[in-house]
Parts: sequence; C-alpha cells; structure tokens
Amino acid sequence: MSNPTQPPAQAAPEASGPLRRRRAAAPTGRPTLKILGYLGLAIVVAIILVPLSFIVATSLKTQPDIYSDPITWIPNPFEPGNYGYVMETVNFGVYLRNSVIITTILTVVQVVLGVLSAYAFAFLRFPLRNTLFLLVVAALMVPNQITIISNYSLVASLGWRNTFAGIIVPLAGVAFGAFLMRNHFMSLPTEIMEAARMDGTGFLRTLWRVVLPMSWPTVVAFTLITIVTEWNQYLWPFLIADTDVVTPLPVGLTRLQQNEGLTNWGPVMAGTVLTTVPILIVYLILQKRMIKGLTAGAVKG
Amino acid sequence: MSTSTSELRADAPPPAPPRRRQRWNWREIGLAALLIVPNLALLVVFTYRPLVDNIRLSFYNWNISSPRMTFIGLDNYIEWFTSRDSWTIMANTVIFTVAAVAGSMVLGLALALLLDQKLVGRGAVRSMVFAPYVISGAAIGVAFQFVFDPTFGLIQDVLDRVGITAPNFYQDPGWALFMVTVTYIWKNLGYVFVIYLAALQGRRKDLDEAAEIDGTSPTRHFFRVVLPQLRPTTFFLSVTVLLSSFQVFDIIAAMTQGGPLGIGTTTIVFQVYQETFVNSRAGYGATVATIMFTIVLIITLIQVRFQDRTDT
Repeated sequence: MSNPTQPPAQAAPEASGPLRRRRAAAPTGRPTLKILGYLGLAIVVAIILVPLSFIVATSLKTQPDIYSDPITWIPNPFEPGNYGYVMETVNFGVYLRNSVIITTILTVVQVVLGVLSAYAFAFLRFPLRNTLFLLVVAALMVPNQITIISNYSLVASLGWRNTFAGIIVPLAGVAFGAFLMRNHFMSLPTEIMEAARMDGTGFLRTLWRVVLPMSWPTVVAFTLITIVTEWNQYLWPFLIADTDVVTPLPVGLTRLQQNEGLTNWGPVMAGTVLTTVPILIVYLILQKRMIKGLTAGAVKG
Repeated sequence: MSTSTSELRADAPPPAPPRRRQRWNWREIGLAALLIVPNLALLVVFTYRPLVDNIRLSFYNWNISSPRMTFIGLDNYIEWFTSRDSWTIMANTVIFTVAAVAGSMVLGLALALLLDQKLVGRGAVRSMVFAPYVISGAAIGVAFQFVFDPTFGLIQDVLDRVGITAPNFYQDPGWALFMVTVTYIWKNLGYVFVIYLAALQGRRKDLDEAAEIDGTSPTRHFFRVVLPQLRPTTFFLSVTVLLSSFQVFDIIAAMTQGGPLGIGTTTIVFQVYQETFVNSRAGYGATVATIMFTIVLIITLIQVRFQDRTDT
C-alpha cells in the first residue's frame, strides 16, 4: 500500500508551462492551503489505516488484552496462536483452498466465455445479433440477490448443494465482461480484420494471432474484475455451502463469527485478516491495473 | 471507434432488410452459435429463468424445502403492501441508499478535489483509499462489527477520549443502521473517488485559468465552473452507487443479521433472503424479489433515458 504510484493522467497536464508559472506566481494563501491539504491527507490515511491496524493488532492479542480499556495498539503478549487456531480448528486452510478453486475456475470460465462471445458479437455476421447482444448485456441489470430463490431450488433438485458445481455453474454466465470485450474489439482497426478474412485465416488463428495480441490490457482488466468479484462472492456460496468441504473464505469467516464473535474476537479478527490478505496482495502488485479494471465501466467513450 | 461501430452496424441485420444484403454465411453463423450459446444458455437458465420464475412463485404459498405449493393469487402482494414491516424495511432501504449515495459522493468528491492538488504522497493515498473496495464485504462487516463494539471497539475508545459515551451500535436500530451505512461508505468511497478524480483531471484547464485571471473566488469557481463539468460523472455515479447500495447483502448479514429488534437494519434485499430461507416463506420471498426487481428496473430505465438526453 505504500508504493507511491503516479497516475500518468494527472502528471501530464500540470507539467505544462503556463500553469506552473501561474501557480508559482500566486503566493497569497498558498502555504496555508498546502498545510490544509496535507492535514486532509493525514485524516484520510488515518480513516483507512487505523481500523485496519486495529484489526491486525487484535488478531495478535490474547483475550484479556483485547478487553483492556483503553485499547492498546501493541499486542502484549504477542499471540500468533489465533492464526494457528483458525487454520487448524476452524478449517481456514480448507476455506482458503476452496476460495482458490472457486475463483480460479470461475475466472478462467468467465474470461473464456466473455472473450468468445464478444468475438462473435464484434466480428461475425449472424441473424439477431443486436438482439442477442442486448440480451447478454441486460443480464447486468438483474441483481444476483433476486435469482437465488429459483436457482436454489433448481440446484437443490439437481443434488448440487455442497458441491463446487452448485456454487460455480450458476455464477458462470458473463455479462459485463462480454460487454467490455466486445466494445474493445469494435475499437480495433477494421482493416486488420478484413485482411485476416481475405487471407482466409481461421477463427482460432485470428483470435490468437490477430485479436488477442491487441487486446491484452482489456483482457487483464476483465480478469482482475472477475477475480475480485468471485473471491468476494458471498450470498450464493453462503446458501449452497453448508459444510466446510466447499465453503469459501468469506462464508467461513461469517460462520466463525457466528460461533465465536462477541466473545472471542481474537480468532475472528485473525480469520478476517486471512480472508483479506490474499486479495490485498494481488491488489498491491497490480493496483494500477486493478483500479483501471474495476472502474472500467465508468469511462464514457 | 465510431467509424468501425457504424460500419459494422450497417452490416448488421436489424437496420437493413436482410434479403437485400448478401446471403448469410452458414459457416459464420455456426461459429457464432458455438461462441455465443454456452454463455447465453447460462444467462438464460440462471438469470432470466429465475427472474420470470419469481413472478410465478410470487402467487404461491411455498416452503422452499417442500414440493407442495398452494396458489394464493395476490395474497402475498396484499400482505406486503399492507404490512407495517414492509414500510419499515422500505424506510431502512431508502435511508441506507440515500445516505450511502450522498455520503460517498460528497466525501469522494472532496477527496478527489484534495488529491487533484499537487501534494507529495498523493499516489500512495490514492491506492490506499481504493484498497477497501477490493476487500470482501463480509470481511469488512465482521471487522467493523468489532470496530463499532460498544464496549471494546475502536469507535467507543475514540469517543471516550473526548468524553463522549458511545451509543449502543448493536442494540439501537437507528445507530445500527448508521453503523452499517458508515461501513458501506468506508468500503465504497475509493470507487467514487477514483472516478471523480479521473473526471476532474479531464476537465478544461483553460476555464480554470480564465477563472483565476478573473479573480473568481474558489467557492464560486467550484460551483460555477468545476461542478457543472462533472455533471455527467455525478449522474453516472449517483445511479451506480444507488443500484449497488440497494443490493448490499454481505455487510448487513455480517454485521447485524438484519436486526436489532427483528428488522432494525433489514433492507429489501435482506428481506428476500430472510423470508425465503429463514422464515421458509419462499413464495413471499419471491414477491419481495419481484417488487425489488421492479424498483431496479425503474431506476435503470430512468438512467437510460437521462443518459441519452445528456449525450445529445
């Protein structure tokens, strides 16, 4: 989180000559404004970091230390045992494995389905193309939360409760990614596609050699959105996974909280940290791309 | 983009009468079907089918785990619209969404204005503010339940230091709703902020310069020059945040289970879950889901209508 990143967009316009000169030539009120600015930054940093450090500190405390008044910031004694407890006694290792399995499969499936259907919508001619595309995109409007009733009874009747298939299959359809990829494909120069068509290049070759090499940033954005969404998926796995065998981290965490919360905060906070850390690591490494991907729908063309 | 779009559109079947155009290429159609059908089938079965099925189920009395269903006509709807709980739940939903939209928009814009200034370390702060947006809502809910703990939590400690006794966030419905809203804003702020920041940086700098030369006061400049330029972004964000906060489940499930006092923080999404899976009244749950979808549909249609207008 401490990696200073400089978004390119904000550096460029401010470096321009006249603007700079003007800023330097406006002395009144500047220093106070700067001080206020840094004060603002400090407050923002505190609002984000203080709760997070409080949680990490609590996860390393013993019971009496957690209940001290006023609260302490350095665990005394230092108690990493909470982590051992949730890994072994509460099966967080299994939850972690399940989260990785569910997220990986869903991400691969959704990216493949998204890219393939976007290819068809962008480059192929077939009847009802616009109507079908609308059908895919309109699915964005339907909240997952209202499809649960009917899907639950369907999945239950298939005997898919407490299975990975039961969690994964109903979530595998992709609307936003198909939309994102199709819009990107449409922005590619048409000449290149024409050339491929003239040469009689087959579909797979065109996709792999022509289209994808010009599309990696969008594919990466799409992939990252999917990873974050699926890692944090809650309601559906919460309904389908009753046993630890297929339970992913967020669901396992709230189950732990139900059993131990309000009385035994140490392990609950350790579980929270374990649920959060993997995705935060991905975020730390790929923050620029992730911010870009997760806000991709917002940029108006 | 625009040229390729219109070219491809001209080729597409619906605008031009298909018979006048060259014949369909069956191999191309076959390939398209192969590429589209798997995804489309998933969406039809798991998104559209349940949507329609909800309407059917809403006319029944049905316990989700039994095969027996009794047709009861409009009784579920009559119950929902005449029940006092429904109005409390709608009030919770409206308060939560309005507060979430207003709170995250005002704070997000303020933060974007702050980070639009040349300050050392703003890149790091930007990454930091966005981080909660990628964290699981369930994890944030669990964490903030402890942050708000009335006896051992962080908030009571801070308030205690300045001599204020913390309210009981767990037991007072008003404060519980406040707690859930603040937590949601904390998670979502980064999204609003990043989009506002991008819009701010794309604004017309010449107008800023003109205003500065004219000696316009900063406040006036903000309301007259900056804010109007951000209008499309403001509109986009208000609808997006409205729709996403309308659908919040994980934070509420983790923090309050819809309580205290039964429905203290129950919003309409939570009611769908509660009626279907806790009270075993899936028919009634489907009724609530249908009502909820109607609301989402109306908001979306308004968005589409206005978006078109601002574009032209």
